[in-house]
Amino acid sequence: MSIFDKISAGLARTRERLGEQLNVILDRAPALDEDFWDDLEETLIAADFGAPATLDIIDQLQDSAQRLALPDGRAVLARLAETIAGMFASAADDPFAQPRACVLFVGINGSGKTTTVGKLARAGVEEGRRVLLGSADTFRAAAIEQLDVWAGRAGVEVIKRERGADPAAVSFEVIERAEATGADLVLIDTAGRLHSSDDLMRELEKVVKVTRRRAEQVLDAAGGPAPLLVRTVLVIDATTGQNGLAQAREFDARLDLDGVIITKLDGTAKGGIAVAISHELGIPVLRIGVGEQIDDLRRFDPLGFAQALIG
Amino acid sequence: MFDNLSNRLQDVFGDLRGKGRLTEADIDAAMREIRLALLEADVNFKVVKAFVARAKEQALASDVLESLTPAQNVVRIVLEQLTELLGSDAVKLKLSSRIPNVIMLVGLQGSGKTTAAAKLAFRLKNAGHQPLLAACDVYRPAAADQLESLGGDIDVRVFRGDGAHPVQIARDAVREAIDSLRDIVIIDTAGRLHVDEEMMAEAAAIKEAVQPEQIFMVVDAMTGQDVVTVVQAFEQRVDFDGVIMSKMDGDARGGGALSIREMTGKPIVFTSEGEKPSSLEEFHPDRMAKRILGMGDMVSLIEKAQTLAESELEEEEAARLARAELTFDDFLMINRQVRKLGGIGSLLKALPGGEAALAGGQVDEKALDRMVVIINSMTHAERAKPSLLNGSRRARIAAGAGVEVFAVNQLVKQFEETRKMMKKMGMLEAQPAAKRPRKGKKGKRNRRRSLPQIPGAGKLGAGGLGSGLGGSMSAADLRKLGDMLK
Ligand SMILES: Nc1nc2c(ncn2[C@@H]2O[C@H](COP(=O)(O)OP(=O)(O)OP(=O)(O)O)[C@@H](O)[C@H]2O)c(=O)[nH]1
Ligand SMILES: [Mg+2]
Repeated sequence: MSIFDKISAGLARTRERLGEQLNVILDRAPALDEDFWDDLEETLIAADFGAPATLDIIDQLQDSAQRLALPDGRAVLARLAETIAGMFASAADDPFAQPRACVLFVGINGSGKTTTVGKLARAGVEEGRRVLLGSADTFRAAAIEQLDVWAGRAGVEVIKRERGADPAAVSFEVIERAEATGADLVLIDTAGRLHSSDDLMRELEKVVKVTRRRAEQVLDAAGGPAPLLVRTVLVIDATTGQNGLAQAREFDARLDLDGVIITKLDGTAKGGIAVAISHELGIPVLRIGVGEQIDDLRRFDPLGFAQALIG
Repeated sequence: MFDNLSNRLQDVFGDLRGKGRLTEADIDAAMREIRLALLEADVNFKVVKAFVARAKEQALASDVLESLTPAQNVVRIVLEQLTELLGSDAVKLKLSSRIPNVIMLVGLQGSGKTTAAAKLAFRLKNAGHQPLLAACDVYRPAAADQLESLGGDIDVRVFRGDGAHPVQIARDAVREAIDSLRDIVIIDTAGRLHVDEEMMAEAAAIKEAVQPEQIFMVVDAMTGQDVVTVVQAFEQRVDFDGVIMSKMDGDARGGGALSIREMTGKPIVFTSEGEKPSSLEEFHPDRMAKRILGMGDMVSLIEKAQTLAESELEEEEAARLARAELTFDDFLMINRQVRKLGGIGSLLKALPGGEAALAGGQVDEKALDRMVVIINSMTHAERAKPSLLNGSRRARIAAGAGVEVFAVNQLVKQFEETRKMMKKMGMLEAQPAAKRPRKGKKGKRNRRRSLPQIPGAGKLGAGGLGSGLGGSMSAADLRKLGDMLK
């Protein structure tokens, strides 16, 4: 089975629509004239790549069109997927594949953090990991109850405190518990927040700092050092436009992000902002969310994603 | 980051000075900048195309080319056109005489419906209504709990029909409202994708069952190009009367508002700007137009500062500040206020020229932190009377704060400078009214509440804070400034 097939289910609609558009371009303007490039530009803009990334891609394609004396639009489009794929930062180490890891999920309100934690908990269990969840969203109404339901679905333990508790203290407790139970994959849900809220971003910095410090000191049952690797992952909604870049930039500046997860790719949004984020900030895309069910999560493959995107 | 549009147009036209007459090609160059600004704001590319074509026509038809300030004129034309498209006058919530009125909220997952529902209830309750919230999201775990908790905070009853079908819950909620004499039912529905046939049919069925007076679609201000597809699908399947733009407290430009207006003709009715129940605002097309063009939302920032100035500053403190008797404790308080406004960065971004200053890296947010640490190492006496700070005291403070004595000296110097500056301003204030015309009564000045000086901002050039919120402005000054900008 090709990588293509794996993600194509979730991306079917996206592919269809963008593919249609590109076919229109092909039918109408196979020649490499100005119209062709204009149409290509529009197609990429419509997919939320943003003007800078779009111009970047077009530059690269125009360059190779000239260098390789490509005959027509078809030949240029054949290189499009590769060009897009080449813009993604590659994931040197998948946080979820580390033997001992604690991952904190951060992002804007409603981006899909809690749901993603639930999905990853299930995936971890299926891989035989000892998973522990932590609810550091002590702010939003019923956030704790929501994660609780996901923990139940995935069949894992969740550490929670009352609403209004200090999220850093909850995270600390989560690591203590992981040490006591020997959990090796700890997933911590945090409250949604706008990157432009200084207070809330500071709070998050503290949560990560406290988690890191405690995770470094974790001991195994025999009393030997068994630190948990702490990673931070930004969860971003595929419908997000150009503000996504500002979000990623700020979260990265504060927390030094290790990866991005794009959710809601089962809609018609193409998630082109992920290209801009990954390219500009050098942050790899780790997973994609393609639905609301517990198994609606896929691994991310740049070429497969790009191909699926353009059909 | 893109710079403020006016600055960019200034650049475009700047080179042309002395060339005499501008040409159509110059206007084209300006239009390219406008196109980029609109795309950066997530306005749909089709809408951008049409808009730019019209703006160009207008610019050519008017005397922009002849004018001495072409950049300002182009901005004015674009702003006017944008404001008009966004809806020249504000659209209000329409209620009928039926009891109960039904208001239904729809939208994508995570767009902010539940929060908006509670805010709407809060608003209506304050307007003398007795709303009932209905929890019709039966899919997302704990969604009904969330609504119930929000309802509890604002003391509005929440109807939940655990286990029942959403259509049934909606119906029962209306009946419950009749029985308990409530005049408005607000229906919170599950987030759904516009391509999810089954879920869209469900929304249509709820509508059919309870015949809402108003249906609002809640749209995230950060939504990208896809907003058009989504909104059109909702329009076709359930139709709606207006839009609530959510997460407007972020820094997204919110160009989707323009796309929605252009493609569906639906008005934006409210903007939702935060987690507080009171943060549902009526929509202001003119502010939105400025925001989309990246011209900084001066007005809301000033309003924010106004509220803070009024609620946070104690009379005494304000009076002391006005007399320029600054202490280090004031410095700390000022620091807290700057933070409440979102840090120096967000303050600057909202001011003309601020983005440029930020991009130039002239602002050091961490400077504030360092300051706080140093001040915390001072005794209360030292904070209140900075003249006590001799060499040995400074050395002790430096050791306590874990910094070089140099840093303490610098802070003290900065402090003295600020104090001097405030004194100077105080003197200006004291001049006779004839020399410095000032509206309002003199006596009021004693009660003035100051907006604090912003520490660390001294590094900025003349185009920065000096021309904006710097200095100590009274709440009344702010209000005036706010009104002017409206
Ligand atoms: N269609 C679709 N919906 C999703 C996906 N991921 C999450 N959602 C939905 O998006 C909504 C918000 O998801 P949450 O997981 O609660 O988001 P969150 O980031 O935890 O939200 P806050 O904690 O409120 O900031 C829910 O209705 C989810 O079911 C996805 O991949 N596809
Ligand atoms: Mg959550």
